[in-house]
Amino acid sequence: MAAVTTTGQRVGRTVALVAIVAAVLVFLSPIYWIGSTAFKPREVATSVPPTVFFEPTLTPFVKLFTKRVQLKEKPTAEEYAAAPWWEKAIYDGGERVLKVKDSPQMSQYPNRFANSLIVAIISTVLAVGMGTFTAYGFSRFKIAGEADLLFFILSTRMLPPIVVAIPMFLMYRVVGLTDSHLGLIILYTAFNLSFSVWLMKGFIDEIPKEYEEAALVDGYTRMQAFFRIVLPEAATGIAATAVFCFVTAWNEYAFALILTNRRAQTAPPFIPSQVGSGLPEWTVIAAGTVLFLLPVAIFTFLLRNHLLRGMSFGAIRK
Amino acid sequence: MAALAKLHPGSRAAAHGWSDLTIRNLFILPTVAFLIIFNVFPLIYSLGFSFTQYRASGNKPAEFIGLQNFRDLLADPGIWSNFSTTAAYVLVSVGGQMIVGFGLALLLNRKFPLKGLVTTLLLLPMMLSPAVVGLFWKLLYDPSWGPVNYALGIGKFEWLSHPTNALFAVAITDIWMWSPFVMLLSLAGLSAVPQHLYEAAAIDRASPWYTFRHITLPLVAPILLIALIFRTMEAFKSFDLPFVMSTASVETVAIKLYQTAFQSWDTGRASALAYIVLIVVLAITNIYVKYLNQVKER
Repeated sequence: MAAVTTTGQRVGRTVALVAIVAAVLVFLSPIYWIGSTAFKPREVATSVPPTVFFEPTLTPFVKLFTKRVQLKEKPTAEEYAAAPWWEKAIYDGGERVLKVKDSPQMSQYPNRFANSLIVAIISTVLAVGMGTFTAYGFSRFKIAGEADLLFFILSTRMLPPIVVAIPMFLMYRVVGLTDSHLGLIILYTAFNLSFSVWLMKGFIDEIPKEYEEAALVDGYTRMQAFFRIVLPEAATGIAATAVFCFVTAWNEYAFALILTNRRAQTAPPFIPSQVGSGLPEWTVIAAGTVLFLLPVAIFTFLLRNHLLRGMSFGAIRK
Repeated sequence: MAALAKLHPGSRAAAHGWSDLTIRNLFILPTVAFLIIFNVFPLIYSLGFSFTQYRASGNKPAEFIGLQNFRDLLADPGIWSNFSTTAAYVLVSVGGQMIVGFGLALLLNRKFPLKGLVTTLLLLPMMLSPAVVGLFWKLLYDPSWGPVNYALGIGKFEWLSHPTNALFAVAITDIWMWSPFVMLLSLAGLSAVPQHLYEAAAIDRASPWYTFRHITLPLVAPILLIALIFRTMEAFKSFDLPFVMSTASVETVAIKLYQTAFQSWDTGRASALAYIVLIVVLAITNIYVKYLNQVKER
């Protein structure tokens, strides 16, 4: 770059910076809207004109976790004074928290959230575990028809979920796996396995073969070399692959919609289903959405240097 | 798997422990078997159903009707309209993503404060769940109190209940989600353009347009092509966003498939349609992998 900058270049740079700020604002505003709706008082959420500044409240989160009914009669002064802050917030909204023997009853949300966690974590462990072994196999050994096998593995990932869901639904019905955690775990493992093989192969290809060969000369068996030399070297890759698999399983919608309805239902089909029932309380749905999106937002920051690689199935490294 | 049985002669057969051949098979075969059982077998199963008349909701056994489902589907103008809706959706949303994403990459391809943070923030939309985020776009698009109409000052514009508007509305959301993906790939492509080419162009007093047209674009093109094929394939399969935002108005092939299979319970016909979709997707995947390998070898 030339040391002297002309006026034209300086103007160009300013315009570019303004455009960058504008782009960030446009791209983040929907996310800001979800986040802010979760902290809005009910009447502000759907106001005309839309409210940007308001006094934040935690009431939507209290509502998210509790079962409530309309108040028939106002609580007595003592009852109200004795109630903790979150119960007061519900009273203020003209409702009361349903209780069984003094302990407040939970809404369905914590259960759906837990289902999402169970299914995403177990399927991630399985997909990354199997994927790492397979990737090592493809990386280190000569395999006849390797390119075709790898294409077959990748193509299973590209199948539209609905196409696979039709026969899976029929098969699960026969073996009793519909609406079960195991059923979803198997599907998500299969879905992520191909991705995990492709991504891990890239990471393992980068570990010099000489490391293991030196270990083999030193009397390690191939398995020992794999576990003591290759796995520690691949740790970053394994972590990145795991986060990608987790995010995919966490966000998955079509399989969960078709194959679960109550017991094993995950958050993605559950959250939109709340809109269908009567007048939707957008603040409560937003509160549930914020908690649901939060892990992924955190992971995006942790993964930021691996995003390109993950998104291109390991083809583009940087 | 006869092809797997013969090991490359040069590889070291361990004197102790398992042989390399055993380890290779142990590492690879379970994955291949798992994928065959849970991906290939179900598809064979549904291939069978595609030649039958069968309702998964009823008690009647499947009745073999040969190619009738395929004949009906190809003669049904409704299906063709689903395909043309999907094509229009792919065109608008992938076209938008390529333009916005590449534009963003050109903007970000310079030094500025907080560059890392800004890039990561822009990438956030593509990581979020389309079903859940799409739900909130429905709220943003609300005709009477949605912030989109208010910000644009266009009164009570009906975004999601009118078919053409809804197609654009869903495509805009898809552009918002996936432009960052095109941006990410483009940035990688741009950073790989050798700096000396730009210096040479500057010495020759090449115009910025000439530099862009003859240096930047050709060198980034392969990676843009990858983004284009991948996004085309994904947009073709689009289900979550149009389903959550506007089932009635944006009837993509995937939505039609869902309705046929799980609302009309016309399982035989749905299986046949699934096969038509499958062939299209596998064809695009094939092209995609070919280009992926080409870029990899560079």
